[in-house]
Amino acid sequence: MSRTIRPAARRTVAALATSLLAAGLLSACGGATSGADAGSSDPQASLADLDAALEEGGELTYWTWTPSGEAQAEAFMAEYPNVTVDVVNAGTATDEYTKLQNAIAAGSGAPDVAQIEYYALQQFAISDSLVDLNGFGLDSLEDQFTASTWAQSTVEGGLYGLPQDSGPLILMYNKDLFDEHGIDVPTTWDEYIAAARELHDADPSVYITNDAGDPGFAQPLIWQAGGHPYTVDGTTVSLDLQDEGTRRWADMWNQLLEPGLLADIPTWSDDWWKALGNDSLATIVTGAWMPGILEGSVPEGAGKWRVAPIPSYDGDPVTAENGGSSQAVVKQSENPALAAAFVRWLNSSEDSVNVFLESGGFPSTTAQLNDPDFLGAAPDYFGGQKINEVLVQASENVSTDWQYLPYQVYANSVFPDTVGQSYTERGDLNDGLLAWQDKLVSYGNAQGFTVNK
Amino acid sequence: MTTLTRSPGVTRTSVPAIRRQRRRWTGWQFTWPFAVVFVIAFIAPLGYALWLSLFQNQLVGGNAFVGLDNYVLAFHDPAFWASFGRVLLFLLVQVPIMLLLALTAALAIDSARLYATGFFRIVIFLPYAVPAVVAVLMWGFIYGDNFGLTASINDWLGSSVLAPFAPQWMLVSIGNIVTWEFVGYNMVIFYSALKTIPTDLYEAAEIDGARGWQVVKAIKLPAARGAIVIATIFSIIGSFQLFNEPNVLQPLASNVITSSYTPNMYAYSLSFAGQQYNYSATIAIIMGVITAAIAYVVQLRGSRKEDR
Repeated sequence: MSRTIRPAARRTVAALATSLLAAGLLSACGGATSGADAGSSDPQASLADLDAALEEGGELTYWTWTPSGEAQAEAFMAEYPNVTVDVVNAGTATDEYTKLQNAIAAGSGAPDVAQIEYYALQQFAISDSLVDLNGFGLDSLEDQFTASTWAQSTVEGGLYGLPQDSGPLILMYNKDLFDEHGIDVPTTWDEYIAAARELHDADPSVYITNDAGDPGFAQPLIWQAGGHPYTVDGTTVSLDLQDEGTRRWADMWNQLLEPGLLADIPTWSDDWWKALGNDSLATIVTGAWMPGILEGSVPEGAGKWRVAPIPSYDGDPVTAENGGSSQAVVKQSENPALAAAFVRWLNSSEDSVNVFLESGGFPSTTAQLNDPDFLGAAPDYFGGQKINEVLVQASENVSTDWQYLPYQVYANSVFPDTVGQSYTERGDLNDGLLAWQDKLVSYGNAQGFTVNK
Repeated sequence: MTTLTRSPGVTRTSVPAIRRQRRRWTGWQFTWPFAVVFVIAFIAPLGYALWLSLFQNQLVGGNAFVGLDNYVLAFHDPAFWASFGRVLLFLLVQVPIMLLLALTAALAIDSARLYATGFFRIVIFLPYAVPAVVAVLMWGFIYGDNFGLTASINDWLGSSVLAPFAPQWMLVSIGNIVTWEFVGYNMVIFYSALKTIPTDLYEAAEIDGARGWQVVKAIKLPAARGAIVIATIFSIIGSFQLFNEPNVLQPLASNVITSSYTPNMYAYSLSFAGQQYNYSATIAIIMGVITAAIAYVVQLRGSRKEDR
């Protein structure tokens, strides 16, 4: 707080110091209060101001866990030598949000630019922690991005981040396993359930997929099933985890969960990586960013894995986004114009996106998605399949009307406590979803939202 | 003493009314390096936690003074009491087992009937030197029932009898890790207490014809009583603060180790996943008070026995 006080003003301010101190104590733990007074009104600037900021230069801190983060920052500094970007890996996803939340609450220590996944963006936007990039004229970039990633970076008309990548849901399958058992790759969920049964009956050590209960997996699938469990209008939230689409997913997934057709292996655990390499898992339902990761992490799977569209309920190829991140400018930033200029370069310039692509990322920019070189790539790991054609097709089939909760980070943290119990008991997922809903309604109301009232 | 002309009795009865002893602050000035650290590192965080527990800060609507509402909420919070019951059960089962093992090991090493006592002392103590997080990760591999050691044993037995991550076994699995980690530490405490017993006591016992178990009962255990009380208090505090082990295992069994598995995990997730700093501080304070009370009772009981 004292950082912003100029010497001339010091004496007058001194009298207020004690009351400010008290107020500081009160707001020190306030997620809703922003520490940087200077930037608390949204900027009114233009793209030209961003260019000027780049010319003038300065220092930026950038929190990211993207593998290409460091290389992108290097390329940026080579292009704009007046700017120094300090890349910090402050942890992945939730770990970073915890630190970011704390820094915002403390009023200092937050970075200028932070990577935030789409599902968490709304939470930071609604607590007034992020800069609305429309104020810098970045809304003019809309055409460059896919509709679904743009929609997810927008909260109530404000643009709170620029999309870095996207993760339309796809099906990855182990072709060897399907060939060995003479089973066709499923195109509908009914076929998927049948294939799960056949595979597991033929070889009890083989499962169609793993699912130990994961909110980052269940929600995209609810989305794909046409569910709209969350409707958010400002601070009014309506929550229904038993709406038609949600039930559709739960009833379908019950048919895999209850008979024990799902491997009880947590995604991302060491066992999971092992299972992907030793033919115990026949498919994974995952985001379009996964092929690059699989190729890098599971060398034993070379030549076995292929990519297919996600199974549908009724032949409609609709899909959903699984994960994906945006880069946001934090309100604490002392140089929001420069930070916004960095974000613009990071996610919309060809130089940067190409660095991102080299590390196996899946872009959100239409120019790269439709680039013939990108579409024509046929990696040996996937048996020469032109996987990007499948992935890009999926990115065009994402339904855009999904909303997350404005307290999604908390919601995901209590998913195992509630829906997770259905998994351990192999019981009806709808019971778990109802328990989850109860928790989310009471939390939301306790936090000052109007939920289901 | 010899220079005193007045008897102390006279001084005491006559002076206070006339010449009040002036407070001397010189001594206190020497305590400030301690006092500063004590206030910054101990009093201030405690006071801040207390202060926080009287407010409620909402994501929407800001901060408000709510008095003792958070405490009322905590006393009616089933998630909190379930987590409390869990660590209490853990305490009642795991701590006696661990301390008994540690005491046995200390007596064995002290018995002078063992070869290579130095080697055994080091080996039993070694797990304590392994950072807890590393130790739990290692046990996570051992417990792995898909591809870990447990899976291999199950394969060999041709059944799936071992399920360390199953809801009914999880607390036992954690207890096993904690015992493994801390037996050596407690053994060293006990062993050092046994080492302080003067040898003439043993000589006297030998002359009296006391042997083996009699020496243990009449000399060694009474001498180690103080150490046992201390180790018990440490273990009680440790049990109530159970966090590292379940927290590191959580990604492997997140449906079993819920966000409120232990009181500390509950406070952590309230604060860092839910931004409920105020309620989290309340939980922390309640747990602190309960732990202090129980530790105090144990100490009272322990020292009363010692006096007898």
